[in-house]
Amino acid sequence: MLTLLLILLPIAAGVITLISGERLAKQIALVGGLASLGVAVATWMQFDPSAGTQFGFKYAWVASGGISFAAGIDGISMLLVLLTTFLTPLIILSAFKNEYKNTPTFYSLILFMQSALIGVFTATDAFLFYLFFEAALIPIYFLAAVWGGENRLKVTFKFFIYTIFGSLFMMVALVYLYYQTPGTHTSEITAFYQLQLSPTAQGFLFWAFFIAFAIKMPLFPFHTWQPDTYTESPTPATMLLSGIMLKMGVYGLIRLLLPIVPQGMADWGIVAMILSVIGIIYGSIIAIQQSDMKRLIAYSSFAHVGLMAAGVFSLSVNGLQGALIQMLAHGINVIGLFFIVDIIYSRTKTRYLDQLGGITQSTPHLSVYFMVLLLGSVALPLTNGFVGEFLLLSGVFQYDAWLGAIAGLTIILGSVYMLRLFQKSMFGPKSKWVEGFQDLTAGERAVLLPLVIMVFWIGIYPNTFLKLTEPAVSQLLQLVNN
Amino acid sequence: MYPIILLSFLGVVTLFLGFSKSKNILLPATLLFLIIALASNFIDWGKGPFIYFYDMLRVDNVTLAFNGIVLLSAFMIVAISGGFQDNADSEPAEYYGLMLFSLVGAIMMIGFEHLIMLFIGVEILSVAMYVLTGSNKRNLRSNEAALKYFLMGAFATGFMLFGITLLYGATGSFKLTEIQGYASNIPAGSESYILYAGFLLLLIGMLFKVSAAPFHFWTPDVYEGAPTIFTTFMSTIVKTAGFAALFRLLSNTFPIYGFWWIVMAAIAVLTLLVGNIGATSQNSFKRMLAYSGISHAGYLLIALTALTKPSQNAIIFYSLAYSLSTICAFGVLILVSKEKTIEGQPNERYEAFNGLAKQNPLLAFVLAVSMLSLAGIPLTAGFWGKFFIFTSAAERGIIWITVIAVLMSTVGIYYYFRVIISSYLREGDMIKIRVAPFYKAVLVLATFLTILFGLVPGIFEGLI
Repeated sequence: MLTLLLILLPIAAGVITLISGERLAKQIALVGGLASLGVAVATWMQFDPSAGTQFGFKYAWVASGGISFAAGIDGISMLLVLLTTFLTPLIILSAFKNEYKNTPTFYSLILFMQSALIGVFTATDAFLFYLFFEAALIPIYFLAAVWGGENRLKVTFKFFIYTIFGSLFMMVALVYLYYQTPGTHTSEITAFYQLQLSPTAQGFLFWAFFIAFAIKMPLFPFHTWQPDTYTESPTPATMLLSGIMLKMGVYGLIRLLLPIVPQGMADWGIVAMILSVIGIIYGSIIAIQQSDMKRLIAYSSFAHVGLMAAGVFSLSVNGLQGALIQMLAHGINVIGLFFIVDIIYSRTKTRYLDQLGGITQSTPHLSVYFMVLLLGSVALPLTNGFVGEFLLLSGVFQYDAWLGAIAGLTIILGSVYMLRLFQKSMFGPKSKWVEGFQDLTAGERAVLLPLVIMVFWIGIYPNTFLKLTEPAVSQLLQLVNN
Repeated sequence: MYPIILLSFLGVVTLFLGFSKSKNILLPATLLFLIIALASNFIDWGKGPFIYFYDMLRVDNVTLAFNGIVLLSAFMIVAISGGFQDNADSEPAEYYGLMLFSLVGAIMMIGFEHLIMLFIGVEILSVAMYVLTGSNKRNLRSNEAALKYFLMGAFATGFMLFGITLLYGATGSFKLTEIQGYASNIPAGSESYILYAGFLLLLIGMLFKVSAAPFHFWTPDVYEGAPTIFTTFMSTIVKTAGFAALFRLLSNTFPIYGFWWIVMAAIAVLTLLVGNIGATSQNSFKRMLAYSGISHAGYLLIALTALTKPSQNAIIFYSLAYSLSTICAFGVLILVSKEKTIEGQPNERYEAFNGLAKQNPLLAFVLAVSMLSLAGIPLTAGFWGKFFIFTSAAERGIIWITVIAVLMSTVGIYYYFRVIISSYLREGDMIKIRVAPFYKAVLVLATFLTILFGLVPGIFEGLI
């Protein structure tokens, strides 16, 4: 029942927010977000990593078709549920300082989005997974298209069509798999794991799934929607997209692609791997050239997700564990960084590095928070990024030493663009744009402090989270290797 | 069975009501008649199958379900047809009478057991529609549409009749059961080409009625020219009845997966391509909906091509989902285009919807849900409609057709979202539109059902 509560609570909170009126909407949304976090933490306390899928429920949905409304939580789901519920209240809180018109709608859309995301991460029925996967698009589309920047209509339209295009292929794949199940057919994901599929079928399925998830993440060469959408969206929507929604793609790879088509993976995995590695280098190099801070972080996110995908495709315990811990770490870092960009933008009205400089002179707090999150992002030891990248690179290295070496460049390139970002905006002579720059307010610190605590927690004692996912990952790899 | 008798009788009553002084009684009376017909339709529920009139008409749960969709759509369309009184030229009594008569034709098409019955049903439905299309008699476009529809329709009817004749020549019967008996016992090597030719001609006649490509050329012009309320009628009721008839013809009469399946597959793909690609280049919302109607015929044809066990439910579910969303879309169009005019004509272009959401949040929401449903986005009925269609194709193993359909759904999102973007995201000088309570109730009901079926598609199960 806890799973059902996790899915339904944000919807209920969203509906209340929607009808609450302009003045109370923010507070109610925040309370809703925190309540979900509370439920998630309570679930985590009762969770036993070695016991497989827990807190499951199952209701017949299209009974004659064996399609059910079924969800449950295993280690991998638990991690992502924690990530989602931890970040959503912070995203809501981070939006407080800006005024968005139609406040109730804005915050309720964030909560609806949260519900769909939790649905994706917990669904144990393939069609339910698909349903949430698509449903998550609608709130984020409206968030970006109504409250976004100047080019929002064109950009978000492309984003919407692009991602739906990908997921429709997944639907074809799921329908095909559904008809391969014995008897009266079922759409349980675990039933799909048992299927004996021909290598040709697996090849097609591999690409159908791969395209769906690669567009969502995005991987090279399906990334063209991403920088524009991230840049044009209002910051809370960008945070949702980069912090959580991107993880839907990686999660899909782990939950569906690997265990359902192991043979397809063996045949085509190398192509996917190479595309991922190209994405890492390509994204990093473009990030170095960027002057728009939001765009720079968008490309860095593109590079990071490439490494996560490479870790998943390496099919090793290290790679998968690294990808999972990196999902957590990346979500935390990228949200912090986007928030800091938003803070700078709201005070200076510019995001361009050429026009900034010297902010650090008047802002000790901002500088420290910014630096910590940035170091987490460039994977300095004792920060959260290090654990993930280390595991990921060792996974890729086991797969192929050359690819591992190329992917390893991410550490160097990452430091280049991140430190360039910091240097150009924070150091140097004070530009005219940053005159009278105020340091962080209490509200802003309330968002950044939990993020920074998490940066160190994961960096210093990652075992809290690694232990959570380990049994699930080894079980998954067993499935793949059989 | 009961609805046929009732509607024929009540249609005549409606005509006589036209003589009364107060025209205002017509609308509530017609609605009442439709409720009676709808209720009487379900008297036989679960009792069938019955065969009436010397093997001419069949009543079972499937036909009753189709009848239900047709009658429900008719009820909703009549309920939003309140504007006739404004026009001095209009003859509401005739319009309502013709609508009721055409429903009789639709119900005959749905339950036919005998080819003559099919022909009579198609003709009753079509002749009424020709008249209604041209009912805006001072409008050139309406006249042109009526003439075009009539001429093309007459051709199609000719094909159909010729096909029926050839089928009779080949099999010696008009009855579906006997034709089936003949067709399934042809020894290999002695196939009768008269049978094939007759069947294909009959098929062409029917495909014309449901506006499948390449017999779709009349659709955009006629849909655009006809008064919007009758366009709604055409695109929901005629289409549902047409597909019900095609389904009976293909599933009952000819051996499953017979010689015709490749023809159907080609037509389905062509229809999908023509409908979806044609819709992208339209500037008029109404014309886009005409092309969208063609594209939905394409999806339904996939189910007819596959013709597996889930196909029947898929067609019923899809028809219902499509009808509900189409009524909503046209319903909002009628209101908006009446407010915004260009040179005295209603403005049916996308721009007319600019800024709709700000002043009329309910209408914008209704429109958005109907567009999402037509586009097949999850949590709406349209998604499950497409889903069931795709599963029926997958069960037959024709995945390639599903892949094409999926690509075309992506194209569909492009043109359906244009109007959502107009109404929600663009600024415009929209005023607050006054909506009659009854009109509002119908739109809300249709939207509610669209979302309800989107959340719990299972409530349909076990019914049929």
